[in-house]
Amino acid sequence: MNEAGRLLEIKDLYVQFSVYGGKLHVLNGVDFFMYPGEKVGLVGETGCGKTTTMKAILRVLPSPPAVIPHGDIVFDGQDIMRMKEENLSRVRGRGISMIFQDPTAALNPVFTIGEQLEAVIKHSAPPGKSPTGPEIHQQAVNALKEVSLADPERLLHNYPVQLSGGMRQRVCIAMALAANPKLLIADEPGTSLDVTIQDQVLRLLRRLVEEHDTSVILITHTLGIVRETTNRVYVMYAGTMVETAATEKLFSQPLHPYTQGLISTVPRLSGGGIASGIPGRIPDYRNPPTGCRFHPRCPHVMDICRQKKPPNYQIDAEHSVACFLYEKDGSANPQKETGQQ
Amino acid sequence: MENVINSRKRLKTTISAEQIKNLEWASRRENLGRAWYKFSRNPMSVVGLVIVVSLILVAIFAPFVAPHPKHAGPFTDFANAKIPPGLQYLFGTDQIGRDILSRIIFGLRSSLLMGVLVLALVVPPGVLLGLMAGYFQDAWIDTLITRVTDIFLAVPPLILALAVASVLKPNLWNGMLAVSLMWWPWYTRLVYGLTTALRNEYFVSAAEVTGASTAHILFREILPNTLSPILTKMSIDIAWVIIIGSMLSFVGLGVQPPEPSLGTMIADGSRYLPDQWWIAVFPALAIVLIVLGFNLMGDGVRDMFAAEES
Amino acid sequence: MTEDILTVSNLKKHFVIGHTGRFSKRKPITVKAVDGVTFSVHEGETIGLVGESGSGKSTVAYIAIGMYQPTSGSIRFRGQELFQDKNKRPRHLRKAIQIVYQDPGSSLNPRQNIKQILEMPLRIHQPNANHLEQIVYLLEIVGLPPEYMYKYPRMLSGGEKQIVSIARALATDPSMVILDEPTSALDVSVQAKTINLLLDLQKEFQLSYVFITHDLSLMRNVSSRVAIMYLGKICEVAETIDFFRNPLHPYTQMLLSSIPVVTEEEEELKPKKVISTGEIPSPVNVPSGCSFHSRCPFVMDICRQVDPVMVEAEPGHKVRCHLFTQPAPVSVAGPG
Repeated sequence: MNEAGRLLEIKDLYVQFSVYGGKLHVLNGVDFFMYPGEKVGLVGETGCGKTTTMKAILRVLPSPPAVIPHGDIVFDGQDIMRMKEENLSRVRGRGISMIFQDPTAALNPVFTIGEQLEAVIKHSAPPGKSPTGPEIHQQAVNALKEVSLADPERLLHNYPVQLSGGMRQRVCIAMALAANPKLLIADEPGTSLDVTIQDQVLRLLRRLVEEHDTSVILITHTLGIVRETTNRVYVMYAGTMVETAATEKLFSQPLHPYTQGLISTVPRLSGGGIASGIPGRIPDYRNPPTGCRFHPRCPHVMDICRQKKPPNYQIDAEHSVACFLYEKDGSANPQKETGQQ
Repeated sequence: MENVINSRKRLKTTISAEQIKNLEWASRRENLGRAWYKFSRNPMSVVGLVIVVSLILVAIFAPFVAPHPKHAGPFTDFANAKIPPGLQYLFGTDQIGRDILSRIIFGLRSSLLMGVLVLALVVPPGVLLGLMAGYFQDAWIDTLITRVTDIFLAVPPLILALAVASVLKPNLWNGMLAVSLMWWPWYTRLVYGLTTALRNEYFVSAAEVTGASTAHILFREILPNTLSPILTKMSIDIAWVIIIGSMLSFVGLGVQPPEPSLGTMIADGSRYLPDQWWIAVFPALAIVLIVLGFNLMGDGVRDMFAAEES
Repeated sequence: MTEDILTVSNLKKHFVIGHTGRFSKRKPITVKAVDGVTFSVHEGETIGLVGESGSGKSTVAYIAIGMYQPTSGSIRFRGQELFQDKNKRPRHLRKAIQIVYQDPGSSLNPRQNIKQILEMPLRIHQPNANHLEQIVYLLEIVGLPPEYMYKYPRMLSGGEKQIVSIARALATDPSMVILDEPTSALDVSVQAKTINLLLDLQKEFQLSYVFITHDLSLMRNVSSRVAIMYLGKICEVAETIDFFRNPLHPYTQMLLSSIPVVTEEEEELKPKKVISTGEIPSPVNVPSGCSFHSRCPFVMDICRQVDPVMVEAEPGHKVRCHLFTQPAPVSVAGPG
């Protein structure tokens, strides 16, 4: 895979937080990339660092206590880490848009849907081409029609509290896509919704993403959603990307012990009982485990796992795994040999 | 059918009572450490704390700290009256020849005493009423308490204090009573709002369905969650009570002469502005310092209770 | 047949949330959270109660635990009516039925440490016992070391908080535990551990569970019988295996088709005919006739006018849908 033409690239990102009793070493050398048009899933459990990573991309991590000692983020050819604040606000919203887990919290309860949607449309217009009032209004109506909301004219005058959860999430999608972003980051978009409504919202998202040709990062801890919606997946554990593969391959041939454990714990519709889960708990980021951060919980742990951080081994074109079990199978990615501990 | 509690004969964990005591002390130390960490994040809070502690110590040890302790009582020395600030009298002397610094130090005593005693008088009943009204929302007790609170709040506070103070004999204690009568409703209202929100939390329901007594729910479940706003308010209120108390003595309704009080000192000194400015200005600055100290400390108290990020 | 530990008969709970109109035309606005629910829980079994927002599943739980009074209908624990004395539920009934709440964040008092949290039920129901010893024991049976006693909830992970809630529920030595979405807020690997703990505890202490959830995959592996609720009424009740092999109600099929699954094998099991459409109506404005008719792909004229009754389509498999109404329907108040 050549590096040119990548829409987003994160290289060796480290993020720490200063707290009572020391520092939390949250991100431990995160690597991530995607090409335009891809739908990439980011799977990980609570506390693995996926939200921190996304906030780092948008540079919205509160700066004390967050510290970024190392790492590069390049979006659409631009260096995010070194960008000036004025330029960053152009990237946020127009280059990258986000949908959040809780649509109720994402919408301001004291403004109507119309006011919020039109504000987004106005701000995301390219500089020099500000649309007029009626044009903005029409765009807002079209945006609501696109997300399959009935009676958009009336809806624009409603307040968020008058809408159901599913409708609010659709409004958030409309707002996120109104700016025609190159990249849409969806953070657990269906989790707070009922399952039948979640299904509708995700189908809508898939359709719109196809139509707009937007690239998507879908962050979730629900594996089933990733399987239905993405074409490539990253699995994250304790601040490191432990495995990445094409979606189908990840589910049919998971390599990393954490991925295997994770998939096995999902209850099956076909029955068979509940798996015993992964022993242990997520590490204390003040004193994370040495070497591979998963080693205290790994059923296949070896001596080297306790000492060195495993590099990314490339198994095939899209599949790589950060685990010493695959030392002989893949070729090590040279830039990962010397990671900081 | 085997039940849970009887099965404890098969307890595998062994831990001695002493080890449990150690755990308890260790956890208390950790809690204090965390609390201090959060308090001291902002250096101005520590400054506030230093000011407040110093003022308290000075007030307690007034007879030993003040350079001329006798000046805080009946004392006249017209030969040395109206001397500007200098080496012998650091803040100068007033129109009767009394050392202003010493009088401020003793005046601090009555101010701080007023602040502490008023709050001690006001907070427990105010909080209790708020808890009861909030927990039994919409019952008769709620209506009774909230209406009475509303009535007291409807009267302009200073007027109420003046009215009460002027009816009773003017002295420090009656001044405190007057201020107390106008102060308690604020705590009731604060706790009422907090309680109505908290009573719907699942942990309160868990206690209710298990059969906990109302006293347990009010004092063990709900009250600890209201401490943060209450304590923050208290640390800022002390300053306000002191100001109100000074206002009362300024109009002659609080501490009576010859006992020193910051308010009366400002009142007396105002007649000699601007020539003998020190007679009024230094007591005023003292009040400013007290208020500043408590407010800064109050910020720290609020930070101390702030929820930690996970 | 063993006696049922819980018998719910035509239970209704209506909330009045306001009024419309003025003076003589003033009418209350009612939320029919639970609108005629009948089912039974057998001793020692786990019955799953499944539904989405507005289904009333949590309200049923809160009535069983004593948080709400029913508007009408009866709910009996081992034959004894739970709401005999309007004001006070007797102590032995409070002990016998406990609950684990959904949100680990708000079900534990953030200003109390674990010892105080577990002490509360012990002090009420076992005032003279050695509480410290009992607390250490409770922590042990849920797999937490005694050091956790002095920790505060914010120091615990979500899974650990739920485990403490479970320990608190067990402290009164209950016979039945209502689990209100106990793992919905947890990550999937933590969910596995917690569910396994619940199943072990059930075996060891012969507990009956009412397991409330919206996750049918979880239900498939945990409960012996399943009941689906929609807008305050039960749509379908069956043994788990029958239920998944042959889901009858269109809403059940819609639920099953919406579940995200992780294997091809499961994908095959999902009903293909019914895809989720439409919004869930608000319980203030329940559609006339069959409450599901506004979203049902098989809707007929009768569905818009008449509310179907529960019939036994197969032995042990009941459904409330006009597609199955026989000439002589089984009455609603039948055995579980």
